[in-house]
Formats: sequence, structure tokens, C-alpha cells
Amino acid sequence: MADRTAPLAAMEDRIAAAAFPGAALAAVPFVAQVGIRLDPAGPAAARVAEALGLPLPEANRVSASGGRRALWLGPDEWLVVAADGEERALVGILEDAIGADGAVVDLSANRTGLELSGPLSRDVLATCCSLDLHPRAFGPGRCAQTLVQKAGVLIEQRDADTFLLLVRPSFAAYVAEWLVDGMAGLAADLAAV
Amino acid sequence: MRRLPDRGRVDHDQRVAFSWDGRAVEGLRGDTLASALLASGVLVLGSSVLMSRPRGIVGDGVTDPHAFAQVGAGDRTEPLMRMHEVEAHDGLVAESRLHQGILPTGPDPDRFEKRHAHADVVVAGAGPAGLAAALAAAEQGARVILADDHPQLGGSLLGEELLLDDRPAHEWARHVEDALRAHPDVLVLPRTTVVNVGDQGAVALVERVSEHVAPEHRHGRALRRLWQVRTRELVVATGATERSLVFADNDRPGVMLAGGVRGLLHRYGLVPERCVVFTANDSAYRTAIDLVGAGVEVPCVVDVRPDPTGPLAERARALGIAVRAASAVIGTDGDAEGALAGVRVVALDGGAEEVVACDVLAVSGGWDPLMDLHHHVGGRARWDAERLCFVPDGTVPGVHLAGSAAGVFGTEACRRDGHLVGLVAAEATGHGSAADGPDAPAARDAAEAPPADFVVTPGTDPVHAFVDQHRDVTIAGVERALGSGIRHVEHLKRYTLVGTGTEQGRTAKVNAGRMAADRFALPFAEVGVSNARPPAQPVTFGALAGRALGERFDPVRTTSIHPWHVAHGAVFEDVGQWKRPWYFPQAGEDMDAAVLRECRAVREGVGMMDASTLGKIDVKGADAGEFLDRLYTGVMSTLKPGRARYGVMCKADGMVMDDGVVLRLAEDRFLATTTTGGAAGVLDWMEDFLQTEWPDLDVWLTSVTEQWATVAIVGPKAREVMAALAPQLDVRQDAFKFMQLEEAVVAGIEARVARISFSGELAFEISVPMTWGLALWEAVFAAGQPFGITPYGTESMHVLRAEKGYFIVGQETDGTVTPLDLGLDWMVADKEFVGRRSLRRSDMLRDDRKQLVGILPAERLPEGAQLVDDADFEIPVPMIGHVTSSYDSAALGRPFGLALVRRGRDRIGETIYAPLQHGTVAVEIVDPVLFDQEGARRDG
Repeated sequence: MADRTAPLAAMEDRIAAAAFPGAALAAVPFVAQVGIRLDPAGPAAARVAEALGLPLPEANRVSASGGRRALWLGPDEWLVVAADGEERALVGILEDAIGADGAVVDLSANRTGLELSGPLSRDVLATCCSLDLHPRAFGPGRCAQTLVQKAGVLIEQRDADTFLLLVRPSFAAYVAEWLVDGMAGLAADLAAV
Repeated sequence: MRRLPDRGRVDHDQRVAFSWDGRAVEGLRGDTLASALLASGVLVLGSSVLMSRPRGIVGDGVTDPHAFAQVGAGDRTEPLMRMHEVEAHDGLVAESRLHQGILPTGPDPDRFEKRHAHADVVVAGAGPAGLAAALAAAEQGARVILADDHPQLGGSLLGEELLLDDRPAHEWARHVEDALRAHPDVLVLPRTTVVNVGDQGAVALVERVSEHVAPEHRHGRALRRLWQVRTRELVVATGATERSLVFADNDRPGVMLAGGVRGLLHRYGLVPERCVVFTANDSAYRTAIDLVGAGVEVPCVVDVRPDPTGPLAERARALGIAVRAASAVIGTDGDAEGALAGVRVVALDGGAEEVVACDVLAVSGGWDPLMDLHHHVGGRARWDAERLCFVPDGTVPGVHLAGSAAGVFGTEACRRDGHLVGLVAAEATGHGSAADGPDAPAARDAAEAPPADFVVTPGTDPVHAFVDQHRDVTIAGVERALGSGIRHVEHLKRYTLVGTGTEQGRTAKVNAGRMAADRFALPFAEVGVSNARPPAQPVTFGALAGRALGERFDPVRTTSIHPWHVAHGAVFEDVGQWKRPWYFPQAGEDMDAAVLRECRAVREGVGMMDASTLGKIDVKGADAGEFLDRLYTGVMSTLKPGRARYGVMCKADGMVMDDGVVLRLAEDRFLATTTTGGAAGVLDWMEDFLQTEWPDLDVWLTSVTEQWATVAIVGPKAREVMAALAPQLDVRQDAFKFMQLEEAVVAGIEARVARISFSGELAFEISVPMTWGLALWEAVFAAGQPFGITPYGTESMHVLRAEKGYFIVGQETDGTVTPLDLGLDWMVADKEFVGRRSLRRSDMLRDDRKQLVGILPAERLPEGAQLVDDADFEIPVPMIGHVTSSYDSAALGRPFGLALVRRGRDRIGETIYAPLQHGTVAVEIVDPVLFDQEGARRDG
């Protein structure tokens, strides 16, 4: 039996070659992602928090525990993220917790990951994303749905210098092209200084 | 002009070599193209557009009406580059093209970038006010961006010989720059111009990143970068610009602005041999004083004021400079080239002209605060009769003016004002308190005597006295316009073109307005000046495009199966942003042949297609069925789990919006599919109704379009292929019926299989997670080999569905077509749904609406062909419909199509006509279902 394919397989070399002292980019092809929708004031919220061992976060925040993270997507929508392969277990846990009080949808193939890291990662994003990622406005444990040029992305800041971008697979190459190009421009600036 | 070896901020030991009009010219590091040319004796830059008069450099800044050149070679060439901004460097290629440049024809080889940034305070201009404002805001803790169009910060401080805190002003500027650069949250952008201010603090800046080095040394850096900044507060500290005076032959090369002459001395060490100063205010005395201090002969200062007695005039007199009060320059004399050789001076109370020889005349008509950015956001200005300039009339929220831009004159006063404005701006962003902020520095500028209200030297020759040198507008031209009845400055601008030049007429506009006021004896405050409109400086299209080129121009969306399609020679069709296989030509096949082969394979054997792009929405909740009932014309709530139903959605106006199959996955869960192009819109539409109209419904929506890849196996042999792929799945008709849904392992992959058909043939649609799509496709292709499985694209899909009379949203519908028009009466249930009430409007019930029919034309018609009743018609002829789809059919062995025809369903069997360019084609109206009218084939 054939294997599944990574959405950015064809760009892997170019993504790796884009690295420069300011930033590096890596595809994270497979991420377990389960979408949940529920009323945060309803009975399911507490059950989900207990089942996951983490609270459902407030707007544009991420809560994390034991390798699982919940990313806020909207007032009644979150994305639970974990390592590849955990989706089935996650769906089970969440369906048990939510039952009839919301929705649980496996979205593991609906988005793919791009991890951007390094001291200039914010500057790389500033070449194609209008979101304010300054430490006063953003930071580790924050997430946002925004645009990289014309493509919707879910950006999660993982640590001081690392961002995870979750992108629909059909837009992943477009987003990667912008990031790789932004890195090239910044690398040229860095070399000139 | 002559270069002094010990003056200016240029590096006298670093020579740069460049090309001007094809000849080698040298300059110094720190020179601009303009200063290097002046130092090389190039005084005449070229001739003016309309009158072909010789013109030269007028100032040292971007208000200069003539300092434009063609810069760069080959496809890098750029027209109308500002010569005071272009930095002289080795390898620079420039040529004299004053006012009309040439555009490159090839793609731009340079890189242009955009960058987003955010700030509490953006400061435009790094003169004394801007530097002080930026520092004050930064020290209060605000995030600050300071932009200045010069390579060095300092603004006017670099073009003057001034003291601040008893030390040279440019040293203070350097000190402040160092302090700003030490702040982690301050971005200092030299070579950067703020070109536009929009709403909500959207500010656009253009940075000249690597323009000052030759292309071969740019090494991948951007030439220019457009900064798109979102700021909370903007401080406009763009200074003031000097205006000229109007007298005959004031356009001669050598007639310059007094501030520009000072700037050339202090920035570049350039001086004239002999310089006369002509002024209506005190500031030009600095030019006389500084030039004498540099050893230049200044025979006289010609001052229009009767009694110039200010401290500067006294200092000039003390230096032995003759001050000719109540006098004016009435004309100039030229040398063989047309450059200045002398000026003719008259006393304003009469008397003979006196010729004073000089190679430069330094003129000052007054100073105008540069408030373009204030005007961009609707800021107003009022005429100040004492300062004789427009000053801001109030401010726009979030946009502050500081220093000379606010009408504050005097270096220390500007610094003080900038400091105070910086504190206010910081406070507005929640940083510090302006009242309790650090003390403002003192302002001890020497007082200046009042300026004189003077524009035109009386009695001067109006035909050769220029109001706007860039546009060759003379007094006579302005008079002609005013004489023709023009009263408004905006009309004057459009009639004469005064103020419309590339430099936006900054040396001319106020003078033109004042002439109009004089002419009609109106207060100038009422006449005003024409508007400044964005951008403040011209911006190249390259900077606006940025890197949105090629693969970054627009997303090209593909499914996970796409690599296979490419490898197998698919020709692609754009469907929204998606690339879908259009057809898969084999060697020697054109499109028609490929499509006929693909269609035949589906009807006679088995085909496969990538249906992954269809929109998919997960609809979950106790009220999911009720919710779908309200949106689709049909009933979905009665669907049993594991079954599917086709549905059509209307907009509120009753027109068909989208369609697709709805599958019931569980009692409380549906999967609604949409058209490829409609996916995002349908989800938004559903979410909109859910949130605003029916918040009481227990329904949750999730887009799963890209979670699932879908492969359709279609044709009489589809069951065999399906059975081979999923041995555990019972594919027999009794066990797996049309519109049934099964979970199964297909080719080892967990999948959802549905019997949905868009061709009328037996079909299985297999969905797996998108990452497994290619694996599934390859498995289907392999399993189908014994049956000759044929991949097909969207064109064959369209032909196959048209043979069955199935419409396509956007092809048969155009926003004016109802489900009833499409003959879908059977799908419109007697219950409430969005659009239902509209379907009862009298216009919807008319019996002469266009209705969907099949057509059998004598030849294949172009889609969109109009249909008429009679073969013999006279123009104008009533159109009774149009062709919506048209193909050659392998199954029918003839061309056919679908059309919308008035009363079409009542006219089946009749012949109508399609008038085409080459003749009129007879068209038979038939039932839209042309193939397998009994529907026998869908079960294989």
C-alpha cells in the first residue's frame, strides 16, 4: 500500500535551502488536529477541559498540556492540536466529552504545518503578513487566524522565536513561496550590513 | 559652481565615477547626482518641455522643479528620478531628461519589497522637530518609526550652519540618532519618504534600500521597499519649503532658491563665484552671511522691504554686505549657454535698472509649511497674514504637526515644538504623560523681522516671468487664464497646469494663488491654493507590486493528487483559484478528441476523476436537519443516516445560488457538498444565517473541504473496480444502492464511499483524508487497469452531465435563474426555505420566463449564442434565449447543448435559430435529458 503524501513534498529542498542566520523554515507535514465547536458557557466546555487536561483558552490564546494544545479560533471554536497519529484518540476523547453539546471534527488533513524559527522570524512574517507580532502585541501562547498575503493561515507562536503556521494544503505552496522569498530578501539585507 | 575643499558633508577623499549623458563625470561620496553635476560644471540640465528654455538646478531638495533625470541602464532605467535624492555612486548611469522620461520595456530586473510594520508613533521627517519628537516619544516608551528621505538624519540641520545647545547642530542630530538607534522599539529609516496617510493610521513609506549602489553590488537586496505601517499616531515633521519670486527670466540656470544655495554650501561644499541675494524675508540673509563666511563674494542683498533691520540684516551689514532695501530684481541676463551672468535691479519706487554681475542669484519669496500628509487625511490650512504662509487650521485626530510643518520657524523653536508634540503623541498611545514629561528644551532663536507680502516685481516682462517653471507657466499664462473668467485656483491649476508638475509645484502654488487673489482683489485667505493629493512623492509601480509576482501573485490551489495529473499530461482549467484537470490528452489528440474518448470510456467502460475540490461542510447538531431544510429547496431532515440527497439552495431573491449532494452521516450530522467555486461563500452564508437569523438552532458548522480528497469511479464497470479496491465492501446493487453511503477500507485506506453520480452512470465517490488522496488515486488507477480505466477531466464531466440535462451553477445559472426555470419543480418542497417567498412573486410566475431545455443544433454552437424565432429575420430581432452549454456528444454521435429559452418547455420539438456570423443555424428544442432518459444506467 502506498503512503500518504506530505503537502509540501515538492518544495522540501527549497524550504530547507531558504535557511539563513536569521531564520529557518521547516514543513511539519502531518499534525493531529481536531476541530471543536461548543458553547463556552454550556456544559461541554468544562467536560472538554477536564478530558484534555487543559482549559479552553480565551480569544487568540493557546492552552497546552501534555503535548496537546487548544488554539482559540473563534468565540465557540477551537482547534485541538497534537502529534501526528493522536487524532483518533483525540476524536474519541472529545466526542465522549462533548456528546450532543457541540461538534468534533477530525481536521488533521485539513491543514498542514510550516514552522518558522530564528531571531528574524517576525521580520520574515512581516514581508507577507500584516499582523502585529511584536512582543507587546503577541507572544508565545498566542495564536491568530490571519492572512499571509491572500491565503488564510492560523499562526501560533510556539516560543520567543518560533511560529507554527497551519495552512490549508492547497494554499501551502503559496504561503511557503512567500516565506521563502521573504527569507531571501532578509538574508540579502543581513549580508549587506 | 566651485567645490571648497574643506566644506560640506561629503567625503573629499572618496571620489565616485558615473555617467551623465554618456560621458564620465566624477563626484564625491556623499554627493547627490545634482551636487556632483554642479561640482562638475554642469549648470544647464536641459530644456523645458513647452518653451525649450535652458533650465538648471534650483535648490537642494525635492521641491526643485527641474532636477529630474533618467537613471539606470537597460530595463533598469527609470524616468523622472529626483536628482537631489539620487546618490552619486560608482556605476551610476544618468541622463538629462528633465520633464519627460522614458519607460523600460522589459520586466524590471530589480527586486521591490513590501514590509508590514506597526508603531505607536510614526515621525515623518528627521529635522530638529522630527528628531526631538521621535526621541521624546521613544523615551516615554512608545514604539516609534522615524523616517527621513535623506541618507543622513538631520533635515535642515545639515543644510545650515547652526548651533544647538552651543554645539554644531548636525552633531546634536547624530547624538539623537544614536540615542534612537539604542532603543529596541525604535525603527530608524533613512532614505525613506512617507508618501501617503490613509484611514486608521495606515501610513505608506518608500525606502530606497539599495538605490545608492550599482546593480552588481546589490546582491539580491531590494531596490526599494514599501513599508505598510499601521500606526496609532503620526507626527508630521516635514519642515517647510521655500517659494520663489516672479520676475523676467527667473528660470535661468543659476537662479536658485536661497535655502538651496545654503544647502549646497553646507551639504556639499559648493559655492558660486559671485552671488546676489533677492529676498522678501530675513532667512535669505543667512545665505549671504554663510557665503561671505566661505569666502564668496556677495555684492548685495536685494530686499523688497523698505527697512530691513532685523538681527540678520544687521549681521550682513556688519560683514560689509550691501543691503539694497526697497528694491527688486526685475530681470536677468544670460551668457551664451543661457545661464545667469547678471541681474537687473530696480528700486521699487522707480529709477533706472542697474546690472549686477553674478553667476548665482539666491531668491527667497518665503517659506511654506509642508503639510501634504496633513492634507491627505483631510486636514485644513489657513492663511497666516503675519507669517505669510498657510499654517495648519486645527489637526486631524491622530495626525500631529511639529516644527516648520506646523508653521513654527526657528531651529530651537522647532526642536522644542517637536519635543512637546512627541510627548503628546506618546501620551495618546498610553505612554507617559505630556504634562509630567521631561522638560522641553529652550527656544532662544534670534527674532526675525516680518516678511514682506511680495510675489511679482512690478513692471517685469510678464511673458518671460515664470510662476511655475516645471510647467512653463508665466505671468502672461496666469493672466490669460484669469482673463478668460477662471476664478477658482483648482480651475487655474487645470487650465494652466500650474502646480501639476512631478514636484507638485511646491515653489509655485502659493504664488499662483496670490496672483489670482490680487487680480480679483480678494483676500488671499479666501482664494487659497490648490489641493495636495497623495502620494506626497511619486511611487514606482514596482514598489506597489512588491513581490506579488509569478507564483506569489495569486494562490494556485491544487489537490493532493495534482502531481499525478501533471505527470500524466493533464491540461488544466482554472476553477476559481483551483487548477483542475481539464482533459488528459494522449499523444496526437486535440481537446475534442480527448474529450470524446474520455466520455466514451465513461459511458462504455469506466473512468475516474479527481473530485476533491468540491466544497464540503460538516453540519452537526440536533437541529442540523431543520437548518438544512431552511436553506435547501428540498427536505433534508427526512434523510436516513447513511443516505444522500441532491439539494439546491436559493438566495433570498429566489435565484439559484449553489447546489450539491447532502449526505447524512448520523442522526445529528450531515455533510453538505458545494460547488468548487462556491465553497467559501456557502459556508459564510450558512454561518451568517445561523448567527444572525436562527441563533436558537443547535447547529455547528465546520469546513472540511480540504480534509477530504475524493476520487470518483464512473461507468458501467465501476462496480468491478470498486469491488477490487474494497474486498470487504458489499458493492452489489441490493447492498449498496444509489445515494447510499458506506464506511469502508479502500485500498487499505479508511474511506467513505458514496454512490453519487453526476453523469448518469454507475458511480462510486471515494473520500479519504487529503494526505491519502494520491495513494487512493494510484490504487484506483491500478485496480482499474484490467477494465481500461480512463482518467477524465472537467470538460468530459461537463459533457456527461449535460447529456443528462444536469445544470451547472454559473453555467446554466447567472443569478437570474430560479429552480423552477431549471425545471426543478420536483425539488421545491412545500415548506419554508430561503428564497421561497420570492419564488411566489408575479414575475417568477410569468409563463414566458426563460426555461432550461436541451438543444440539438445542426452544428456545434458557441456557448452564449443568442437564439431567435425565425430564420429570416430583420434586425432588430427579439432574442428568445441563449445557449448555456454546447458540446459534441460521443454517446449521441452529434452536437448538442443546453439553453435557456422563453417558454422553452412548451416548445419542445420546435425549431428555433442561432444567427452566427457565418450563417443561421437551425436548433431543435428537446427535453434537457438527452441520454438514458429512463435513468437505467445509474445502477450499472
